[in-house]
Amino acid sequence: MNYWPLLGVAVIVIGFALRFNAVPVVVTAALASGLLAGMSVPELLALLGNSFVSERMLLLFVLTLPAIGLLEHAGLREHAQRWMARLQSLTLARLLIGYLLGRQLLATVGLTGVAGAAQTVRPLLAPMGEAAAEKILPELDQDDREELRAVAAATDNIGRFFGEDVFIALGAVLLIQGFYTQHGIELSPLAIALWALPTAVAAFIIQSVRVWLYQRRLQRRAAANRARGS
Amino acid sequence: MLRIEHAYWLIAAFLLYSGWRNLRDGHRWHAAFWTVLGLLFGAGDFILAQSAAGDALPAQVAGAAVIALALLAPRLKRQAHPESSSAEQRLQSAIRLGHRLFVPALLIPLVTLLVALFGAYLVIGRHALFASPQMTLTGLALACVVALFAASRVARTPMLEGVAEGRRLLDAISWAALLPLLLAALGQVFTQSGVGAVIAALATDFLPTGNATAALLTFALGMVLFTVIMGNAFAAFPVMMAGIGLPLLIHQHGAHPAILGSMGMLCGYCGTLLTPMAADFNLVPAALLELRNPYGVIKAQAWSAVWIFACTFLMMWLLVFR
Repeated sequence: MNYWPLLGVAVIVIGFALRFNAVPVVVTAALASGLLAGMSVPELLALLGNSFVSERMLLLFVLTLPAIGLLEHAGLREHAQRWMARLQSLTLARLLIGYLLGRQLLATVGLTGVAGAAQTVRPLLAPMGEAAAEKILPELDQDDREELRAVAAATDNIGRFFGEDVFIALGAVLLIQGFYTQHGIELSPLAIALWALPTAVAAFIIQSVRVWLYQRRLQRRAAANRARGS
Repeated sequence: MLRIEHAYWLIAAFLLYSGWRNLRDGHRWHAAFWTVLGLLFGAGDFILAQSAAGDALPAQVAGAAVIALALLAPRLKRQAHPESSSAEQRLQSAIRLGHRLFVPALLIPLVTLLVALFGAYLVIGRHALFASPQMTLTGLALACVVALFAASRVARTPMLEGVAEGRRLLDAISWAALLPLLLAALGQVFTQSGVGAVIAALATDFLPTGNATAALLTFALGMVLFTVIMGNAFAAFPVMMAGIGLPLLIHQHGAHPAILGSMGMLCGYCGTLLTPMAADFNLVPAALLELRNPYGVIKAQAWSAVWIFACTFLMMWLLVFR
């Protein structure tokens, strides 16, 4: 067995660990793996070109940028923050957990493209979350804001991942079924999808608890600040 | 009929516009980067069609263009352009427009949802309005255009200003936008050069697989590790199943195939939350949200991933050997 192509993995690990610019690191890794596996240069170039253009859907999020850019120019984030500040009963945890539930339910019926970092987190969830956090801790600094946005993006990811596996007509379930069919085991998509439900519930509970703990951490800091101030 | 290719042409037009604006502003490297990428997007169908017809030359040129992008990327400074309006102006506008600002923003998910649900039934004459492959994503592209139109009406600003604002955001994301495509391409190169098979062979040779629990743990951790390396649980699944899942767990230890497949895949999803290789979920959002730490999103979700993995493994261990 030819172990040399593994050097491509090593290029990735070292390049990412040393925080080099990721684009040349990834391309170098691809060239290294391909050449060490004995591909010719024209063959490798064609493989790289073909794989790249067949994944064009991954750049679709840039089409959201003009609309979002225009709305942010017109004050979308400021409005989301002002509105959140008025809604007293909508706490940070309720906002994020509610979003998590909605995202997960949409994903379980296969609607994963409806929400996402570009479509919903940047224009809506993140500024609303920042405003909700400011209600708890008015002296929010730049690090806190960035952590909050990261938590919002993480909540979006977790809702999507642990919802989509329950949907019977999408990637994961069909891939599992296809693999078993090739190896002589017949399973219905529903039988596979049902076993994703326990993890979907566990993921919802775990992320909700972590969001709640995050909110409690902010509340404690606010209490400590008040105690120091008075 | 609307196809996903129309969305790609729209992206190409936006990228070429960004290149042109950068050239006019004197940012030569940005201009070259977006222009090359725009040309790749515009020519994508032609490249794939020629490849399918047996002519490899366009694909080879595309491969060379990808290498050119890799050489250009380190020259791009990821500095955000100055905001085009002051905080005071934006606040005034926010007060004036109020909830109307939410309408275009909500149109993006809403129109996508409508196309995903009802797109298949929309027929003009005898032609379907939406081609069935990638219908949701075609819907998302349409939704973006509808939202831009609505936003320009609400804010009483020309649509071209929106495109200019979009270019500002695109320059702020910079080369990070490219990573999902490159990493997916890398995954294909890894598969073609046998990296997956080698790792699976190493895993089965050196890891304990003697008793059922040890084999199950090796399988589950292998799914995580392999997903971290490949950035995608779908790439890890066939390799780990063929190496450990099928021969050892199912045939030898009598594991339940549906539970093993489903929960094994979910173990891989926990790996996706941990790896910069899954750039579209972890690095692009960090860039979009203007985090200074590119690994900020991974940091925020790492402990969730660990706990979800632990729960899934425990449930799998309790259920799979019934």
